[in-house]
Amino acid sequence: MKGLRLFRLAVWAAVFVLGGFLLISMQFPESQVGRQTTASGTAKVGGPFSLLTPAGKRIDNQSLAGRPYIVFFGFTYCPDICPTTLFELTDLMADLGPDADSFEVLFVTVDPERDTPAALSSYMTSFDSRITALRGSATETENTLKSFSAYAKKVPLETGGYTMDHTAGVFLMRPDGGFTGMMDMHEPRETKLEKLRRLARMANTVQG
Amino acid sequence: MSLPFKVVLLAGTLCSTAASAHEFSSGAVVIDHPWARVTAASAPVAGAYLTVTNTGSEPDRLLGGSTPIASRIEIHQMTMDDGVARMRLLPDGAEIAPGATIELAPGGMHLMLIGPDRQLVEGDSFKATLEFARSGTIDIEFVIQRTALGGATGDGEHAGHKP
Repeated sequence: MKGLRLFRLAVWAAVFVLGGFLLISMQFPESQVGRQTTASGTAKVGGPFSLLTPAGKRIDNQSLAGRPYIVFFGFTYCPDICPTTLFELTDLMADLGPDADSFEVLFVTVDPERDTPAALSSYMTSFDSRITALRGSATETENTLKSFSAYAKKVPLETGGYTMDHTAGVFLMRPDGGFTGMMDMHEPRETKLEKLRRLARMANTVQG
Repeated sequence: MSLPFKVVLLAGTLCSTAASAHEFSSGAVVIDHPWARVTAASAPVAGAYLTVTNTGSEPDRLLGGSTPIASRIEIHQMTMDDGVARMRLLPDGAEIAPGATIELAPGGMHLMLIGPDRQLVEGDSFKATLEFARSGTIDIEFVIQRTALGGATGDGEHAGHKP
């Protein structure tokens, strides 16, 4: 049982770290948060992960090196926040046009048990084709969550079946794999667009 | 006014408001603008929203509902704590105090359609029946929208735009 207790501790630690970060990010404009977290090194977001696309292609932090990317966690049995985020990103990417080609958008399922490659593949046809669904084994999924200091937990429902508690924010990652900030779907649209444009410019800076 | 003329007027009113707002009532309960979010292809669940006003002097309770297009409807509460989204079933439904309005909206309470038999496509609609503890059952119709405002890109921030 010692292992379980350690795991619980680790999960709570992750929740506090992320919660603390969100508190900070709510109080400061984005640019300040970027500087603060980089300087202090407290936000432990960004690290190794390795997952598969529905088509079976492996995507990991190495293969993404040199390109900025966006990561968010969800699952297809999620009726509210996940489709909202996916449709919202689809609309934002349409507004950005070719700028949205400059970064990768990754939707990582926290429910690989029900989100089979076939289920994900069909699900994703409704969104911008540049959004890539990623899925891993239970261990790979856990490692990915750890790398982003993100949280997911299976919760049984009284009516049978289960739901997933999960970190809902959108992680914005630099071309070097470092963390640059969160995007909250409740922010004004113009703020979200500016964050994405900023991310796109990072790609151009690297290439130029 | 002749009856046929009234019917035409009524039909006209219904058509002109169907896209923006629509209302259903029974007993003391008024349901305003039931809508469901467009779903992704083969999505196993769908979220649906509405506002309920209790115009009566006794508390009422939304207990659940049913629809021919899904195996069942559950009432859920979504909360965000420290950036973590949690969804919980409300097994006792949602109470509406006398004179109160409760809002089922994205990011809060919602109806979850389990196992919809089709993809929900913008502009379509579907019928459902809601069950209340005091007011009994009410037949309603959900319109399918992409966002709360119904526009392709609207997400609340456009409401106050000036030219």
